[in-house]
Amino acid sequence: MRRIGYILLYVALAIVAVFQIFPIIWLFMFSLKTNQEIFAGNPFALPTDPKWENYAKVFEGGIGTYFWNSIWITVVATVITILIASMATFAITRMKWKFSGLVLGIIMVGLMIPIHSALIPLYNMFLNVNLIDNPLSIVITYTTYNLPITVMILLGFYTTIPREIEEAAIIDGSSIHRLFFRIILPISAPIMSTTVIINMIYNWNEFVFVNTFISSDKFKTLTVGIQNFIGQYMTDWGAIGATLVISVLPIILAFLFFSDKIMEGITASAVKG
Amino acid sequence: MGLNVMNKVMSNKWIIFLYTFPALLLIAVLIVIPLILSGYFGLMDWDGIGAMEFIGLENYIVALQDTKFWESALHSFLLAIFSALSLLIYLAVALILASKIKGANFLRKIYLIPMLLSSVAIAQLWVKIYNPSNGMLNSILMGLGIDNPPAWLADPNIVLYAIFIPIIWQYAGFYILIYYAALKNIPESLVEAAKIDGATPLQIALKIKVPLIMNVFKVTIVLSIVGSLKYFDLIYVMTGGGPNGASEVMASYMYKLAFASYDFGYGSAIGFLLLIITLIVTVIIRKLTASKDEIQY
Repeated sequence: MRRIGYILLYVALAIVAVFQIFPIIWLFMFSLKTNQEIFAGNPFALPTDPKWENYAKVFEGGIGTYFWNSIWITVVATVITILIASMATFAITRMKWKFSGLVLGIIMVGLMIPIHSALIPLYNMFLNVNLIDNPLSIVITYTTYNLPITVMILLGFYTTIPREIEEAAIIDGSSIHRLFFRIILPISAPIMSTTVIINMIYNWNEFVFVNTFISSDKFKTLTVGIQNFIGQYMTDWGAIGATLVISVLPIILAFLFFSDKIMEGITASAVKG
Repeated sequence: MGLNVMNKVMSNKWIIFLYTFPALLLIAVLIVIPLILSGYFGLMDWDGIGAMEFIGLENYIVALQDTKFWESALHSFLLAIFSALSLLIYLAVALILASKIKGANFLRKIYLIPMLLSSVAIAQLWVKIYNPSNGMLNSILMGLGIDNPPAWLADPNIVLYAIFIPIIWQYAGFYILIYYAALKNIPESLVEAAKIDGATPLQIALKIKVPLIMNVFKVTIVLSIVGSLKYFDLIYVMTGGGPNGASEVMASYMYKLAFASYDFGYGSAIGFLLLIITLIVTVIIRKLTASKDEIQY
């Protein structure tokens, strides 16, 4: 009786696993098939003769530009976000001043609001300062909108740094900048890596800001670029599949190598709220 | 003397300003001011390019009588309710997963993968899955002998439910991960004591484990409901709100008004209402889920 119960539980878990993973496997498979194979065959069949030319076609179509834009915008915005968030978190948690709670409150407002409510005014602002269709608008919006979550994740660690570390540094005659850059930042490396992961995932997957602020193909990132591609290939399922695989592969590969860190980051970004 | 130096250095006003200014400036200019401006632009008749004309509360009055807006709000709320209800499934899976299952760690990683993909990629993938003639779903259904499977995203009566499946797919792993982490934090001694008292695994799950992670569960209720009101990317890419508005949600309606119909004034008013509705719902849900008696263990 107990045994049957356990088997049923495993079956339930396996069904959930298949539901979660099979669409992705199906995607990888149809990215290597021809339309005839996809339309006629059964969805579980392996590609008979992998059509790598689907991928070649997509790269010739210029997906490389979107890919490069996604990479540099993700990296630049992540670095700036974490630097600015670390500085603010340091001042809020370690320094003594009256309004630290208020400033923290203002930063946290960003966690509650729907970003779409700010979209029209943001578009108008960027239009007025000639930043529409300029990747700078994307970098600064990514930076700003990721500050609240980044500060929130850093906060817990910063409050646990022992006072003695700061005292020792200051009494030795170290300046605050030196204390922050040479001591605090290095010891916060583990928690910073968590925020790096969260920022990277958010930036890599972001869609609406790029879709709204960028119109030239040369500045588009993958999320918006693949929309173009898919519109263009229309009925060529293999090419569409290859496009999607290229856009999701970096994240899936990162997950294979850093799954524990990524799970930690995702948990941290949710539960502390 | 050392501590004096310390206090002096650590309350240096100039340094505090220098370290908080970049964050505050960005948040003020790109989050706080735009939100306020959204309410203000809502008072205008404006095409986004030409001059604004002040028309008072007209946009807001029109919005309150706009059936398309209320339908989109209804769809947002339906998705929020579905999302909150589906938490029970995720909780059940997490309870199974946390009950000394071999391979639990591997399984929760598998479950989490969809969550890492962009909503755009998820949307495009599910558009293919739902494709009436060649998609994976209908291929399977026809293989099972069902001759006339639904057209899913093209059917106004089904589309909202069809959209909710990829939403489950996307977020299941996330909530399972959170519940699993909370369940693993329950002291083993409590479970052991209950076992010695003769409690069945089901009783242990429902009477001991679930109450102990109630606070985490409440947080996820807030997250799922408030998050649902902000849905945009997935729906915008999958259906664009169609067919005929059957899957329109508040954010996609706002987006269309501004960036497809160039009605920036009215779009801003809808955007501002979205903000107000989200804030009100957040406050209500937090009140409803606030714990009167914190559980200690």
